[in-house]
Amino acid sequence: MENGKMTQIYIMGKAYDVPTGITIMDAMEYAGYRFTRGAGCRSGFCGACGTVYRKDGEYRLEFALACQEMVEEGMHLTQLPFTPAPRPPYVLDELDPRENVLLQYYPEIARCVSCNTCTKACPQDIEVMDYIQAALRGDLEKVAELSFDCIQCGLCAMRCPADIKHYHVAQMARRLYGVSASPEPEHLKVRLNELREGAYEAQLDELVATDLDGLKARYAERQIEVASEEGS
Amino acid sequence: MSGQDGTKLIGGYPAYMRESIEKVVATRARRLQEGPPAAMTAEQREQVLSEWHPDYKADKKRDLAVGPSKGARMPHEVADLFEAYPLVEPGAIDLSKPDLDVQVLILGGGGAASVAALFAREEGIPTEDILMVTKLRHGDCNSIMAQGGIQAADRENDSPAIHYLDVLGGGHYTNKPELVRALVSDGPMLVDWHEKLGAIYDKADGQYLEAHGGGTSRMRMHSAKDYTGMELMRVIRDEVRNVGIPVIEFAPAVELLLDEAGHAAGAILYNLETEEYMVVRANATVLATGGFGRLHIQGYPTTNHYGATADGLIMAYRAGARVIDMDSVQYHPTGVAYPAAILGQLATEKLRNQGAEPVNADGESFVYPLEPRDVESAAIIRECYGNDRGVLTPSEIRGVWLDTPMIDAIHGSGTLKKRLAAMWMMWNRHGIDITKDPALVFPTLHYQNGGVEIDAEGRTDVPGLFAGGEVGGGVHGKNRLMGNSLLDYNVFGRRAGLSAAAWAKAHRPGTLGMQHVEAYANELKSAGIAPDRKAPMILPDYRREAVLARRLDVL
Repeated sequence: MENGKMTQIYIMGKAYDVPTGITIMDAMEYAGYRFTRGAGCRSGFCGACGTVYRKDGEYRLEFALACQEMVEEGMHLTQLPFTPAPRPPYVLDELDPRENVLLQYYPEIARCVSCNTCTKACPQDIEVMDYIQAALRGDLEKVAELSFDCIQCGLCAMRCPADIKHYHVAQMARRLYGVSASPEPEHLKVRLNELREGAYEAQLDELVATDLDGLKARYAERQIEVASEEGS
Repeated sequence: MSGQDGTKLIGGYPAYMRESIEKVVATRARRLQEGPPAAMTAEQREQVLSEWHPDYKADKKRDLAVGPSKGARMPHEVADLFEAYPLVEPGAIDLSKPDLDVQVLILGGGGAASVAALFAREEGIPTEDILMVTKLRHGDCNSIMAQGGIQAADRENDSPAIHYLDVLGGGHYTNKPELVRALVSDGPMLVDWHEKLGAIYDKADGQYLEAHGGGTSRMRMHSAKDYTGMELMRVIRDEVRNVGIPVIEFAPAVELLLDEAGHAAGAILYNLETEEYMVVRANATVLATGGFGRLHIQGYPTTNHYGATADGLIMAYRAGARVIDMDSVQYHPTGVAYPAAILGQLATEKLRNQGAEPVNADGESFVYPLEPRDVESAAIIRECYGNDRGVLTPSEIRGVWLDTPMIDAIHGSGTLKKRLAAMWMMWNRHGIDITKDPALVFPTLHYQNGGVEIDAEGRTDVPGLFAGGEVGGGVHGKNRLMGNSLLDYNVFGRRAGLSAAAWAKAHRPGTLGMQHVEAYANELKSAGIAPDRKAPMILPDYRREAVLARRLDVL
């Protein structure tokens, strides 16, 4: 990497030359930072490394995950590793998904001015403002669908002029949708009953008592289910 | 878009890699018609493993010199931490006035820890008497990164017994039977629990969309797009927040405490930001600290989160808990081999269970796509280094193609983007559209197959110390199947939480002590181990040498 091209970036205002073509996270470590905050799964799933940057000559702030975004020349960056967002408690079973419960628990969604700043801040390219509008209408399915890829990094909430905590609203909507509109399949209930009645204990007793050669033979004889088109 | 050294890229790939992609495209229709190569026989599996799997290289491991599992074989990188001195000198801290006093202390912030916390509460421990402490944030963990799915034998043509046989065969019959039995028996119940918490699994017409994983004989992989781990973790974490279980973040445990009876009695925590220590007394302790991926065994890149440094293993071992199957490491067959910026990150097995097959530089398939992971990995390594039919990247890493456009060719246009949204986004960020072009992959360090030995109730050898999730050993034997890690953290997180709660109601620790740590350090000294190595590691250090060499320690 040392032989390749270098890119100049600014970490919290200070200039560093880092190898071209690496992520912001790797670049910060290259520069000498050792993370405690601001690094988590390092694969784009946990939301620990939300990063804000501006490029030379631009006035606009941009948003990214440090572990996924590559460095660019003249990038001025800082991390926002924590979001002080409140989350009201609720008992899922006692909520009525037909009423507008999202508005009840998160009344600030009514303050949405449709500025779309949240959407622009989302490193997952989620239509954040659209799901807040769906939340206002009480459309749980739409919120669940639009917000599904949310990693809860909190960048939306940090940008919102109405102080909406989008990702908590979406989490509540998905859980409510999950329990109310996406019922458990029948075969799961059947299996649970069988397990409660101990229907498989004898088979398992027998397998646990089977010796190694017996197990190997049984394993080799397994019938592998063929994937049907819709089943897979 | 240009690459690392400024070379021009076409659809994310340099021109010379495009030549190989053209061969993959040229054979695709035929490969789709013919179907994948046949699965290996037991003998073929054994051969490719012994010749090519990294676990089978004898010089990369050694026998542990000290402790309750003295003589246990493990990779040098892991043994180096077991054979290391404590960070906190016994006697250096006053343990007589604990800063916090709880009934159930849970070490960890991932799936197993969160499940244990919720079930300790279910078992009647008051919310405020449970404490989760974690090194990073709540949810910064491997559990949240799992993509492909969770196994549970819930369909009519399936049963816990069939699942049992798949797990045991995949693990080379080395798993502890009572643990596998618990794993397969609890699966459907925990999927049901997720449903009741509001998790959204993939369904069609009211039925789960269930698929195969490597080494399964029935389709029992439940998924939530390719965000399965994230969907489960964020729902479970949200419930922990909802009921108000206290969580202290950025405060890893650095040593376990025992009382005079040798029972687990709490832990010493370290505040990563203020550098203070904190003493916690607890009636029962749950170890849910995850695995060791960040030790980069044999120099492999890893899919693991930043904190996967084996801390829990080290602490439990010093306290007297034996370890099992520590010689076995899971290399996920398909880590990202290109582009270098995301080297080693996970390309989920779901890509293969939806139809993508591994293909060599000449465009030919060479392995059944859903072998158990160790076999699939060994076959890919053999193709690159034994048969020399890999593709060399600009960073001089070899890989094989994962022919992702096959997914839409089989299931219809739009399927990949819908079912594998995270994967599509990951490569698209680097200019590669995996619906049009294949992705280059090579095995990556993924999972600690073994760990602290537990029984079916999540008990370790140390009374009052329980374990669940990746830190626990015995469930998967020498090789874990896809979809059994999410299942493991749920099954054994729950069992550890319930057992810890029951223990905590009946036991109150005596005087907190570190005599076990002192005794362990003495054993290290007697074995002639030099005092410079300290553990737990807490975090890896990725700063470059040039910076570290000029570092002044003045503040």
